[in-house]
Amino acid sequence: MSGIGSARISWSSISRSYGIYFVLAAMIILSSVINPNFFSAENISNVTRQISVTTILAFGETILIICGMLDLSCGSVLALSGLLSVASYKLTGSMELAFAVAIGVAVLCNYLNAMMVALFNAPAFIATLAMQEMARGAALLFTRGQNIYQIGDYTRIGQGSIGFIPIPLLFLVGLFLVTWYILNNTRFGRGLYAIGGNQEAAKASGINVNRTKIIAFMVNGVFVGIAGVLFMSRVNAGLPNGAINYEFQGLTSSIIGGTSFSGGIGTAGGTVVGSFIVGFLNNILNLANVNSYLQQIIRGAIIALAVIYDIWTKNRRTRSLVRGVAAAK
Amino acid sequence: MDSYKLQVLHISKSFPGVLALDDISLSARAGSVLVLCGENGAGKSTLMKIIDGVYQPDKGEILIDGKRVHVRSPIHARKLGISMIFQELNYIPEMTVEESLFCGRLPTRAGRVDWKAVHRRTLELLEKENLPYSPTMRMKDLSVSDIQMLEILKAISRDASIIIMDEPTSAITQREVERLFSKIADLKARGTCIIYISHKMDEIFRIADDIAILRDGRVVESRPRSELDIDKVISLMVGRKLESTFPKRAIEIGEEALRVEKLTAPGVFRDISFSVRAGEIVGFAGLMGAGRTEVMRAVFGLDRYASGEIRVRGKRVRISSVRDSKAAKIAMLSEDRRRYGLVSVRSVRENMSLPNLRQFIYRGRLHGLKETKVISDICTRLNVKTPSLATAVEALSGGNQQKVVLGKWMLSEPDVLIMDEPTRGIDVGSKYEIYKLMGDLAAEKRALIMVSSELPELIGMCDRIYVMCKGEISGELARDEFTQEAIMRLAMGFEKQTKEAS
Repeated sequence: MSGIGSARISWSSISRSYGIYFVLAAMIILSSVINPNFFSAENISNVTRQISVTTILAFGETILIICGMLDLSCGSVLALSGLLSVASYKLTGSMELAFAVAIGVAVLCNYLNAMMVALFNAPAFIATLAMQEMARGAALLFTRGQNIYQIGDYTRIGQGSIGFIPIPLLFLVGLFLVTWYILNNTRFGRGLYAIGGNQEAAKASGINVNRTKIIAFMVNGVFVGIAGVLFMSRVNAGLPNGAINYEFQGLTSSIIGGTSFSGGIGTAGGTVVGSFIVGFLNNILNLANVNSYLQQIIRGAIIALAVIYDIWTKNRRTRSLVRGVAAAK
Repeated sequence: MDSYKLQVLHISKSFPGVLALDDISLSARAGSVLVLCGENGAGKSTLMKIIDGVYQPDKGEILIDGKRVHVRSPIHARKLGISMIFQELNYIPEMTVEESLFCGRLPTRAGRVDWKAVHRRTLELLEKENLPYSPTMRMKDLSVSDIQMLEILKAISRDASIIIMDEPTSAITQREVERLFSKIADLKARGTCIIYISHKMDEIFRIADDIAILRDGRVVESRPRSELDIDKVISLMVGRKLESTFPKRAIEIGEEALRVEKLTAPGVFRDISFSVRAGEIVGFAGLMGAGRTEVMRAVFGLDRYASGEIRVRGKRVRISSVRDSKAAKIAMLSEDRRRYGLVSVRSVRENMSLPNLRQFIYRGRLHGLKETKVISDICTRLNVKTPSLATAVEALSGGNQQKVVLGKWMLSEPDVLIMDEPTRGIDVGSKYEIYKLMGDLAAEKRALIMVSSELPELIGMCDRIYVMCKGEISGELARDEFTQEAIMRLAMGFEKQTKEAS
């Protein structure tokens, strides 16, 4: 006998794996009851455009947190790369170049993050905090603190639709697939989980820890660059002061989506759901005219609950699995 | 005679699946040194932790001055006059000497710490005990021996009447040992009861008044020093009978698979030379800290070595990372599987495929079905008991976790498999399965290295045994020369000593 039983299905295991999807579904239903406008085409289109940017940032955060790191610089790097992208578009009128500039700048910034972390062993928290300051400073310096207006057709990306589907949503879906593929179907993805779960064991298994961390940051850079274009084109301007605190929205979405801050655990699907929960929550609180300061308190409380839930289920998971193993014997 | 300072009577303690202490009774007198010796895992530390209040015994009682006490916690133990000096000294590097001495019991005046009193009392203590430190020196600037002295000072300042020392000489120089011993003599003269844990024979016979020998959780002998000699103690320490539970197979030994020549890492090990052949199981014996694990880590590319060479199948290789050793078809099971072997939050499948992902790549993509099939086969072969392949390994028992680590390295098809303490902390059934598997692997013409602190399994499973002592190989034994006594003599560096003496 092999001793490998089939995984038994129980309510507790379903709620553990899919609980967050139920939360999202319940929220959508509740929202549409509270305010019929929630399901209007205009509102849905608006919400998805807003959510797209932070969700894409959240994908990057998820990849990094799984690997035991994080990125505090993505809001600033988004602003810098988006700004330079807008400027290059105004000069040349080439959208391809605009994308290349945004992605190039964001990847470069993240490469510097990675060097700090991989070569000098700096904690990602500190390295990216430094980059947050530098990138924001560079963005402000570039325009002397001024916004860039009249950006012309640049706005098509963030404001346009293909059929009834907003273009940012297409990017979101595309990058979701990329993230999902990386996490599930590549050696790099397995390396991320292993390093975040136990870096020393990963090393002792022959995983190239430094290279994996560097690639993780560079993938994050690609995501941030794309988010930069989407953001600037949605707001119809180059804002050096844009996207402040977006790193925290990305982190929040990722954590509510079940990514564990202790590393080694997280999924692409969970991240999307986490991000939608945050986005829909903001939307419904706005539609219901909830005081914006109060909204902030609610958002904070939800992060606290998500983390408590994460720790609580982790303990329960271990315990129930131990029981399961004992039963399998 | 009821003049005993400390008595433990009929103490038993079990942990899940292990009976750590089995009806232990010991007595220690005031003004004397009781030495407790035994192999790793004999139960010495567990017993000390019970006296120190870290663990509660399942059965039995502790008496101090003939009165029954219940030691609730280490803090309570301090109040009862018991002080413990650990092998691994715990200290806060940034603390000053005086802060460290009075840590946890700083004198206060009107709710504020009375630093003047702390300073004064520290000076008094240092002067009285004749120790040359300044109260404001930082702990990080002191040597291990200094810190040990301060720990003893701390015990004295608490008026400890019972001081337990756990292998205090494992990290200090010969000169510092002399200083420690004169301090111990001093304490004895003042009537302190000292319990001294060690397995260094020369020390034991220098300072002991009484010697108690523990083996497999029992006291096998407890006598005054004058009634014992070194040979007797060694044979009592190791003297369990060899069970015939080792499925040793006769396998034809093939070509040389790995040769290590004069491998040296300064301060860790030096001039290490050994070889393993295909189909051979070679053991590495030695006491804790002899450098066996460090040598194997260097061969596997986890640590660096300064000089020497490694040859795999006759070809010289430079190994500086696990990727190099994987390419040379060397694999290693770490002694600390939680730290180096497993990513506990991830699944059985992911853990086993981690070093072998290349095998499952098909057109640039991880082939999930193939992976599942291969992992499922190896789990069946190793009889891994798990609810599913997606179960996180942290939920498995120690034996099954070890099988997962073994399986992950078997999948990499190594020519040389290094196993560091492969049976530590696992149940008897799993142990036997691992022994059997070692035989199978040897039969597949793989070369096996087994590092172990359990002599019976080394003797039972190996074709040859190298013994290490203090970072060097102190001897090599062929199968017909295996005895526990011979190995222990080499391991303790005792063989060398007698050779020089004669």
